[in-house]
Amino acid sequence: MTELAIEVNDLRKSYGELEAVRGVSFSVRRGEVFGLLGPNGAGKTTTVEILEGYRERTAGEVVVLGYDPADRDRGLRERVGIVLQSSGFYPRATVREAVEHFGAAYPRPRDPDETIALVGLEGKGDTRTGQLSGGQQRRLDLALALVGDPDLIFLDEPTTGFDPAARRAAWDVIRSLRGLGKTILLTTHYLDEAQALSDRVAIVKEGLIVAEGPPSELTNRPRSYRVSYQQNGTRVEMETEDPTELLHRLTGEALQRGERLEGLSVSRPTLEEVYLELTAEQHEEAEAE
Amino acid sequence: MSTAVLTWRQFRFERKMFWRNPSAAFFNFTLPFLFLIMIASVFGADRKELDILIPGIAGMSVLGTTFTALTYTFVFNREQGILKRIRGTPMPPIAYFGGVIGSAVANAIVQVALIIVIGHVFYDVSWPHSYFELVLFVVLGVIAFGSLGIAFAHVIPNFDAAAAYVNAVFLPVIFISGVFYSTKSLPLVFKAIAVSLPLKHVIDGLHGAIVSGQGLGDNLTALAVVAGWAVVGLFLTVRYFRWD
Ligand SMILES: Nc1ncnc2c1ncn2[C@@H]1O[C@H](COP(=O)(O)OP(=O)(O)O)[C@@H](O)[C@H]1O
Ligand SMILES: [Mg+2]
Repeated sequence: MTELAIEVNDLRKSYGELEAVRGVSFSVRRGEVFGLLGPNGAGKTTTVEILEGYRERTAGEVVVLGYDPADRDRGLRERVGIVLQSSGFYPRATVREAVEHFGAAYPRPRDPDETIALVGLEGKGDTRTGQLSGGQQRRLDLALALVGDPDLIFLDEPTTGFDPAARRAAWDVIRSLRGLGKTILLTTHYLDEAQALSDRVAIVKEGLIVAEGPPSELTNRPRSYRVSYQQNGTRVEMETEDPTELLHRLTGEALQRGERLEGLSVSRPTLEEVYLELTAEQHEEAEAE
Repeated sequence: MSTAVLTWRQFRFERKMFWRNPSAAFFNFTLPFLFLIMIASVFGADRKELDILIPGIAGMSVLGTTFTALTYTFVFNREQGILKRIRGTPMPPIAYFGGVIGSAVANAIVQVALIIVIGHVFYDVSWPHSYFELVLFVVLGVIAFGSLGIAFAHVIPNFDAAAAYVNAVFLPVIFISGVFYSTKSLPLVFKAIAVSLPLKHVIDGLHGAIVSGQGLGDNLTALAVVAGWAVVGLFLTVRYFRWD
């Protein structure tokens, strides 16, 4: 069995004139939480729904748990749990009825009450789904994705619209899934969410992956080192691709002048800075148009 | 679980949900009887009129429980994302459709049976002459109306608009198809439209089965038209079905 749960190679998707996904490649290892981070319209849902078998790709290769999702194999759907960006349920069914009903289609469903508890809906089993709050409905979405005990879970913007407390609670659930050894592909436009949950993150912008790696390493881009020091009471900051050369020059000059470089530090921008920079470029372009 | 078991589970689930929706249950079950009782009693229908009214109301019931109900169901379930959610599970589409359509068919059968019983007990209409013909026309009607309803859902943009779309079809069709009165007195244009649509022919078939005792041989045209619409409906449903 291969180590990879998902392999995507040069994936492309056009809607008429619009090329929403323009050659995306990434892979997700088994047991990993992989985050697709990007602003609205970046192509996250398009990518994920191709992997889920909902949309047809225009070009490229996609392998999910050894299957091509376009074939819509039942064997694949038995091992995958899906939380769509938005989807409802029979409003008059109770939470327990919904979970039980969905579980029946899977070969080895989880216990409904245990699943309800896992997503933090204990005590809501007899509530009609139409009466749940937005956050509770999102938990039900998660319960319905988990009831088949899938190996791989897709979460498309699982916490959009949540208040901070509900978001933390959802994060805890997602972390516990990771603890169960599940592979998770998550999309989000919240940077902190991607950072908090993902083992690896790909930043998507206008249908392209512009940076990828563990949140701590998402900095291997040109000009991605920041060198700073104090001079005459003010802080000097410089960005460089190669800090070796810059440091050599700076320290050499300082030695010649007989000065010390007070507070010298070399740092890499955080994921936040990378993300903000990338999305800011996008905003500028949008405004320029 | 096997597809058959999943179909059965979906059917039972749909039944449960149906009874939890009082307004849908009311429209499905009470309205045809209200029409029947109002027209029969208030307007003091005579024997001849009752013989038209009973098969007419039965035909309208088949239309309402299948075409109307399935149009609403599929528009609602599509808009709510329920269809898309189901598509993402291992549930075979055939089991889902089987359960949903089976539930509509159950309503159609119960209603036609009730109307026949009420017609016999209260209005002295005879028991059906041919149960075979009765079942045949109900089944064909269900397939034609049901599939046309699912196909019709495709063109309806959202659930708020569904009532307008459905009634724009349902009301004119029941008025020109001879539900309440014989179509003989209708203007020619309406007659021509009614003859090309399936409801009039279902009602003719039911009339033959319940009231007149005409053999199937006299209703072959009706049979052919309803079967033709069933084929068209199934084709449109399969060709244009939208999961989201
Ligand atoms: N079904 C569709 N038809 C046409 N355009 C679409 C469709 N779905 C998405 N798009 C467009 O494709 C782009 C990417 O959308 P999407 O994948 O939903 O991005 P994200 O999930 O990152 O917000 C957007 O410009 C969006 O308007
Ligand atoms: Mg999206």
